[in-house]
Amino acid sequence: MIKINTKKLAKFFGYKLIRLVILLIVIAAISFIMIQMSPIDPVKAYLGQRIVSQEQMAIIGNYWGTNLTLGERVLGWLQTLATGSMGFSLIYRVPVTEVIMQKFTASFILMAVSWIISGIVGFGLGILAGAKEGTLIDKAIKTYCYILQSTPTFWIGLVFLMVFSVYLGWFPIGLSVPIGQLSDTVTFWQWLYRLILPAITLSVVGIASLTMYTRDKLISIKKSDYFLFAQARGESFWGIIKNHGVRNILIPAITIQFMSFNELFGGTILVEQVFAYPGIGQATVAAGLRSDVPLLLGIVLISATFVFLGNLIADIIYKYVDPRIRGEDDE
Amino acid sequence: MKELLEVNNLSISFTQYVQGLNRHDSKVISDLTIDVKESEIVAILGSSGSGKSLLAHSILGILPYNANVTGEIKYKGQVLNQDLKEKLRGKEICLIPQSVNFLDPLMKVSEQAIGECKNEKEHDEKKVIQREIFARYGLDESVDDLYPFELSGGMARKVLLSTALIGNPDLLIADEPTPGLDVKSVEETIEDIKNLKEHGKGVLLITHEIDVALKTADRIAIFYSGYVIEINNVENFKNADNVLHPYTKALINSLPRNGFKLTEGVQPLDEVPGCPYYENCAIGTDRCGKEKPNLEEHEGAMIRCFNFREANDGA
Repeated sequence: MIKINTKKLAKFFGYKLIRLVILLIVIAAISFIMIQMSPIDPVKAYLGQRIVSQEQMAIIGNYWGTNLTLGERVLGWLQTLATGSMGFSLIYRVPVTEVIMQKFTASFILMAVSWIISGIVGFGLGILAGAKEGTLIDKAIKTYCYILQSTPTFWIGLVFLMVFSVYLGWFPIGLSVPIGQLSDTVTFWQWLYRLILPAITLSVVGIASLTMYTRDKLISIKKSDYFLFAQARGESFWGIIKNHGVRNILIPAITIQFMSFNELFGGTILVEQVFAYPGIGQATVAAGLRSDVPLLLGIVLISATFVFLGNLIADIIYKYVDPRIRGEDDE
Repeated sequence: MKELLEVNNLSISFTQYVQGLNRHDSKVISDLTIDVKESEIVAILGSSGSGKSLLAHSILGILPYNANVTGEIKYKGQVLNQDLKEKLRGKEICLIPQSVNFLDPLMKVSEQAIGECKNEKEHDEKKVIQREIFARYGLDESVDDLYPFELSGGMARKVLLSTALIGNPDLLIADEPTPGLDVKSVEETIEDIKNLKEHGKGVLLITHEIDVALKTADRIAIFYSGYVIEINNVENFKNADNVLHPYTKALINSLPRNGFKLTEGVQPLDEVPGCPYYENCAIGTDRCGKEKPNLEEHEGAMIRCFNFREANDGA
């Protein structure tokens, strides 16, 4: 039933693509400059604990271009980036793109699972609380949300680890594969088993904001004229919630959920650290602590693209699914 | 003719907290009495924002939870309690709402007219009825798939009217059916409502437009400051001499065709001890300031005034 104007759509995507390119160039340049201004000395970071003479250090510095001006260095970085190369990771000793691909896949599954869980649970709880506004159920859900909203992710992770892994022993303490096993010999169930606790931790945080949003929306819909009229027409309470409430909240709620990609990414860095889950989050922390500049810059670019994609999807849903806005576009 | 709806001494008030914990009951409707028979249109005429719609909400049982209601509503002789309201609304008693805002913005209008269905079969049956009624009002099949925001003013009116007729009700409550419509659409709406009367239905028309009330209704109830001060047959409204209450007379005299004579004064917002019209009344006595007149019958009309006899004899 969705009528889509292809010309309009092509224009929309063209426009968005140009914006993405500009965004990435700016982010790449700014983050590169910031790192250049930081106290990290690339030569020392590369050498680590090895002891070399001053002359040798100067040779490495020359080879890497530390004697060039900042402008030249930025341009050089952008030019190499344009060829698709992000450089060589100092920690993992493989190209940055390879590291990111591998780490991001692991994180992506974690993020996707928790994103879906938090979406479904958050929306459901929001509808329940909104429909039962003022009752004990509503108050319980609200209290739960307030507590979650004011709790840091890593702390929830630690509490979950203590309760479910240490005291109850239901889940492993961490890592994505059992100790002493290679990652390609892990069975699906083993892998899933180790994913549960980090995924739940990550989703628990996302639930609160979506629940509160959905609850608020439903309460305002309950005050709307069309809700009143549906009642006047003899529709049942839960029928109205389903037919008119959910219908009207679903689009904005999904939009909100896509816009939350940045929180998701931020959350995954903390959660992976707590659960020692080897994903992009851990790689970020490692790159930061051990001065792996190429990897850090690569992750910055990838995360920017990821968040941009979330917002883009939210935009598309908003523009092309809601019949009111779609109608305006079709003219 | 059979009585459809009887409202006796209905009062609606809201409890509010003003300035901290001081409770304040604000009365919106006081001691309202009105009835609607089969094949009859009764209009409630009052200024906008005076709470007339709450009467409709009260009959349908959709008042907000903090409303205090006293009095009695009967439908076909049966006391209309909340259970019965919930059973009858949408079926025997239907609301024709004010505007397109009363439709779900994200649902196709035909689906909204059909409403909630238990299963596919019921939906299909209702779909046939919906198409029939839409067609009766000149809404072709392309309208079925439109969303409320795509409707023009006139189309929206017909859709709203159609939604009320799907359940084939006996009593219709039209709440401000003509706000902001062009002259042609108003005329059409009036014709449509009158047409319902021909089919034996009773209509309670709630409006602030005196012309709409005069052209549509059989009887008009004048709503002033929460009170019904007069209920009279529509013929009597042609001339200020034939209506009983001084406010009704002033209202009719203020019409452009009757000389545009304006009377100063506003409706009291707070509860007054005496007659609500006392402050602006030309024939008021000391008694009117202290005591509230009751709604009493007089030659087929209802009137709430101590002095109407003297005033009308004098005229």
